[in-house]
Amino acid sequence: MLKVENLSVRFPSRFGDITAIEDVAMSIAPGEIHGLVGESGAGKSTVGAAIIGLLQAPGYVATGSMSLGETDLRNLSLVEAHHLRGKRISMIFQDPQTSLNPLMRVEDQLIETIQAHEDISASDARKRAVDILEEIGIKNASDRIKAYPHQFSGGMRQRVVIALALCTNPELIIADEPTTALDVAVQSQVLDLIRELANSRKIGFMLITHDIGVIAQIADRVSVMRRGKVLESGTTRQVLGDPQHPYTSALLDAVPPLDRKIDRFRMPDEEKQSNGKDAGDAAEAWLLQGRDADKIGLQISGLCVEFPGVRTSLWRKPNSFTALNDINFEVRPGSILGLVGESGSGKSTLAKAITGLVKPSSGQMILGGQELPNGRQRGRGHPSRQMIQMIFQDPYSSLNSRHRVGRILSEPLWLYGLVDDANERRELSAAMLNLVGLEPDAIDKYPHQFSGGQRQRIAVARSLLARPRFLICDEPTSALDVSIQAEILNLLKDLQAKFGLTILFISHNLAVVRQMSDDVVVLRNGKIEEYGKGQTIFENPTADYTKELLSLTPVLPKNWN
Amino acid sequence: MIAFIKRYEGLWLFTRSPAAIIAAIVAFFSIFGAIFAPLIASVNPYDLASFSLMDGLLPPVWEDYGNPKFLLGTDDQGRDMVSSILYGARLSLIIGISAMTIATVLGVGLGLAAGYYGGRFDMIVMRIADIQLALPAILTALLIDGIARGILPTEVQQDLRVAVLTLAIALSLWVNFARTARASTFVQMQKEYVQAAIIMGQRPIRVMFVHILPNILGPLLVIMTVDLASAILLEATLSFLGIGLPADSPSLGTLIRIGMQFMLSGEWWILWIPTVFLVALVISINILGDFLRDVFNPRLR
Repeated sequence: MLKVENLSVRFPSRFGDITAIEDVAMSIAPGEIHGLVGESGAGKSTVGAAIIGLLQAPGYVATGSMSLGETDLRNLSLVEAHHLRGKRISMIFQDPQTSLNPLMRVEDQLIETIQAHEDISASDARKRAVDILEEIGIKNASDRIKAYPHQFSGGMRQRVVIALALCTNPELIIADEPTTALDVAVQSQVLDLIRELANSRKIGFMLITHDIGVIAQIADRVSVMRRGKVLESGTTRQVLGDPQHPYTSALLDAVPPLDRKIDRFRMPDEEKQSNGKDAGDAAEAWLLQGRDADKIGLQISGLCVEFPGVRTSLWRKPNSFTALNDINFEVRPGSILGLVGESGSGKSTLAKAITGLVKPSSGQMILGGQELPNGRQRGRGHPSRQMIQMIFQDPYSSLNSRHRVGRILSEPLWLYGLVDDANERRELSAAMLNLVGLEPDAIDKYPHQFSGGQRQRIAVARSLLARPRFLICDEPTSALDVSIQAEILNLLKDLQAKFGLTILFISHNLAVVRQMSDDVVVLRNGKIEEYGKGQTIFENPTADYTKELLSLTPVLPKNWN
Repeated sequence: MIAFIKRYEGLWLFTRSPAAIIAAIVAFFSIFGAIFAPLIASVNPYDLASFSLMDGLLPPVWEDYGNPKFLLGTDDQGRDMVSSILYGARLSLIIGISAMTIATVLGVGLGLAAGYYGGRFDMIVMRIADIQLALPAILTALLIDGIARGILPTEVQQDLRVAVLTLAIALSLWVNFARTARASTFVQMQKEYVQAAIIMGQRPIRVMFVHILPNILGPLLVIMTVDLASAILLEATLSFLGIGLPADSPSLGTLIRIGMQFMLSGEWWILWIPTVFLVALVISINILGDFLRDVFNPRLR
């Protein structure tokens, strides 16, 4: 049905043309789900945009042919192209929050779309819209259709987006990371729905994603992309079960398994990084010299955090919203505790309570035998400010983009009065960069000159330079590609083993937590569902919620037969 | 040269924007002329001895009876229009730039602190800003001018005119800076690098000025240029209304006020030449501000 041959897209820039995708070929049959997998910058979305004719200016299709059925997609007039979009090719976007107009009722958005492509009365269009909503599993559709997008939950909203894509009976739907913004439970529902639609309506899907687990779960065929080129293409079983290209196998190796704990991720180019480690020795020695005291642990008992709720009346006090309810656990000295939960479960709030950014309403936190003062009662000079360091989720916002790396790194040294001499601070920062696997000349660059993974390494270096004893990692790898994720996880494991750090590791990704943690806490709606040894929880979960999470997480099958 | 320009995105964008280039040329010559007015101008319009009533009301050179000594003609007192405009622009720019500087320091300081601390402090600052916005800028200026006239002894009043005018304009402009700085600070406060700095236990002053300020400089620079234009206009308006600078030390607004008397009497140049100059100056500063906004906002690129 869809046939793409040696497609190349270029972007003119002030440095000459940049080739975004090169020589891409693929075909999608009716009812087939074709997965397009690759890391960020691989050109996956550009392929989708080129097919639907929405390449961002000034990008242009340089060579190649694209056809949908009998229609040549490259030689369409603007009017024809406009007509084809929506009618025969639709698109599902990543974020259901932004792909629906928040000020229009779902009804109006659906009717508008149907009427734009067909000469049909509003009441007929409305009937069709209700039918589609019912088909994709929205109960009570004739009433719900009158609601605004914000009145739907995230998963329901993504269903509405799918309905919007479906309502003109397209032949091909391009789904660009359709489940990336969703929690696992919702993700599996949406994936099931896509599979079902492909089967029942014979719609071809192009599923663009970075998550190999998702591909393994529902795609019929898969193309692996890297740097604008398709490296490998074939049936899912063939490509993932018996990868031919080394990049595909490296990608598969980097995916953390859910069913077992491995010591380290296999890295194809690890030897390259280990040279010149002698420069990092200085930093290592410095860190070890600070290890005069024992490892410290953190006990949390009866911790509650409440936020003021939304004011409903001018006179009444707003009801408070309980973000964390009676949290009790212990991070044993020198161990890694994994904290898992879906979005909104209170994971980050817990991290903020421990660091003193949020004031708990009750409860006690004891770090290494001493109680931590709550919220603002904890002064700037409190020793825990140095002992606890944090690594954040988004390496693009956790480093001040206006400061050079050297300045970012020497800040903790200067602030805590660890090293008085400016030159010494600089040397130590450079050595620390080496320890986390970066070149020491990185010290004079700005953060934007680094990739996401390198920035996260800088963030790790910064936290280590404070000589912390307790490290909080809040989703440290969720913004990163799998291969980079594997590198960072390896790095964290190495550092933890070397320096005996105590780590609280927060993630929504069960497989990552399994790889990292000794103990695990499962959090849901601010309450602890399960707490225990990692192995026990992953192999013999007792709480229903944990079982559900484990069963819904997309995994790579062990064997493909 | 081309390679050098390509290295810097802003310069590269600049070479592709004819409007920005023209605006930059106009602004450059106006500011250059204003700074070096004493060297360029043929006469000093403040020096009564340097001009003669006999030369009064001469038209520009290209009209009949034009005198090549006075390129753009003279006013009723016989003052050379070119010199008057250069000296007028000098005063206008001095007042505009110092008013803008005071407004920036005051507004950014308050806005940063309001955004950082939030809560009650934020509320107080923002309510004061709201009140300030409810008063038209001219009214604020009139008020301060009135107070200054009331409390200052008459001898110093003449000498302090420029200072009073500057303060009046600054006080009506600081709100823009405070609001923008506060809103941008709120955005930065959510960023993890700021949280990291707070968790580390850095001093609030340091977090505000070392971490947040450089990151909100973009929008502030844009407001600075736009508000520089507003300040010049406000000064011109006040002078035009007669509460700004007196006729013996004319700014652009004063020149326009004097020219008003000749609008319909045939001596058009006395009104129109300073007016066109003022409009050109303000428009070019605004275009440059717009251009800066495009440079600083990656999404508009």
